[in-house]
Amino acid sequence: MTKQHNMLSLSQQTVNVFASTPLERRKLIRERIAKVFFSLVVAAMIIPVLLIIGYLFYRAWPVLSWSFIFDNPKDNMTAGGMWAPLVGTFYLAIISLMIDAPIGILAAIYLNEYAPDNWLTRTINLAVLNLAGVPSIVHGLFGVGAFVLFAGMGKSVIAASCTLAVMSLPVIITATREALASVPMSFREACWNMGATKWQTIRTIVLPNSLSGILTGVIFEICRTAGETAPILFTGVVFFTPVADTGLASVFPYAASDACMALQYHLFLLATQIRGVSETMQFGAAAVLISITLFINSVSITLRVYLRSRKKW
Amino acid sequence: MNTHIKFDNVTVKYGSKTAMKNVSIDIPRNEIFGIVGPANSGKTTLLKCINRTLEFVSSASLTGTVSINGEDTSRIKNVYSLRRCVGIVFPLPVGLPLSIYDNVAYAPHLVGMRRGPELDAFVEKCLTQAMLWDEVKDRMHMLGTKLSGGQQQRLTLARALSHEPEILCLDEFSIAIDPVTTMKIEDVLVELKQEKTIIMVTNLVQQARRIADRTAFFNNSELVEVNDTETIFTNPENPMTSDYLTGAFG
Repeated sequence: MTKQHNMLSLSQQTVNVFASTPLERRKLIRERIAKVFFSLVVAAMIIPVLLIIGYLFYRAWPVLSWSFIFDNPKDNMTAGGMWAPLVGTFYLAIISLMIDAPIGILAAIYLNEYAPDNWLTRTINLAVLNLAGVPSIVHGLFGVGAFVLFAGMGKSVIAASCTLAVMSLPVIITATREALASVPMSFREACWNMGATKWQTIRTIVLPNSLSGILTGVIFEICRTAGETAPILFTGVVFFTPVADTGLASVFPYAASDACMALQYHLFLLATQIRGVSETMQFGAAAVLISITLFINSVSITLRVYLRSRKKW
Repeated sequence: MNTHIKFDNVTVKYGSKTAMKNVSIDIPRNEIFGIVGPANSGKTTLLKCINRTLEFVSSASLTGTVSINGEDTSRIKNVYSLRRCVGIVFPLPVGLPLSIYDNVAYAPHLVGMRRGPELDAFVEKCLTQAMLWDEVKDRMHMLGTKLSGGQQQRLTLARALSHEPEILCLDEFSIAIDPVTTMKIEDVLVELKQEKTIIMVTNLVQQARRIADRTAFFNNSELVEVNDTETIFTNPENPMTSDYLTGAFG
């Protein structure tokens, strides 16, 4: 091969333009190694997740049934189902979303579209990033001070939701800003050149084209909220408060000022605080919690795939 | 001379870098004013001064005055009305992520025009002037971003015409458009001159020679020479101008 390569007659060269040289063979080998290496890393990520989920459902299988989901816990949590904690978790996730999504999205629009590039904006950006890095137990303690005690909300759904909202706000702001920034600047400039105001540009061009990113960010954040225990530990959840078995009160059991149960806290109780709970019950609670997360995530991913397929440039 | 746009000793800096130095020009109404010059000579900056989009560049600073109809643009309170008076086409074609129809109907919508036969006719007029109507009339609801580069460029031109500006600024509008269509658009521009003032930045010096009434030569952030197009091409005062126009440099 090398011999052939060294022969410089024109006809030989023309014939062998697609033949591989030693350099190209090395390049191809490296390409293959890189591909295998990256696939292995992905496998190393996915396999543990599948194992955890599989084992969880395998251990939880004996208790899983509709009544496990729709019944209240009974006999000091050692029997019955997950309905009251499940409803509590939904309450907390939805109410905190109703608080932080509007604030977060509007703040992100201001920061990305209107804010001048000066020291104040940079300080705010830095604060948002830092806030996202604060441990959730610190948010929990802040919630106790600010909402439970100072604002006088007491240990309640609303105080816990506010605490979760404060915790989620920086993540929603960051996700929304990224979605807004993915709309090319040239679209905005084209609109401004036609005499559009910033708000007209945002309403007609920027928001419609960043909606998929914003929604995805918000939905992923619901998932995280549904799993967080530390922020609600001292601000709104209690050991046991069953919901009515029938009627409207079984679906809307809590007033905003009531304390509630929550699945993530309930799981912690089952696993560490109560004697005589079968392991199957504990795995059952974990399986229900992870199912919610998987369900919300798959809704989010489906939505994103759908909206991306309509991408306009 | 009925001056429409007046640059009085205008200097523009981006940070510490000077992009335009002491430029003074009077551009009369209903004229096609050609601007030629090598890259980085301040041509695009000059256009951005007219509709004050220079303000979006945070490091930019402007001294001197730019006035339209004798009114200092920096004192105009409603900057959006100023921008509606100025149609501008930049070299990179930008189709907005809307249908072809809505791309052109965007500016009329901004000033409150409703959908209807009147708007349809107006959109057709703009697209016809930009020589795009025949190619897109059967697919008005296709996305503007899916058009080819040259078509998007003409869409950008149609959009610039859609707010009925009295000043039209073209920054190398024809780089992505084939020569035959370019010539047709040039004919339209000569017609449009009856109602508009047109400033045309171009890298094709022959384009300036074909349709510009007067031509300015910029080099190194400075206005080197401005004169009747015929004079500047046949008998320029500055040797640098003749070198550039004959292709000796640039």
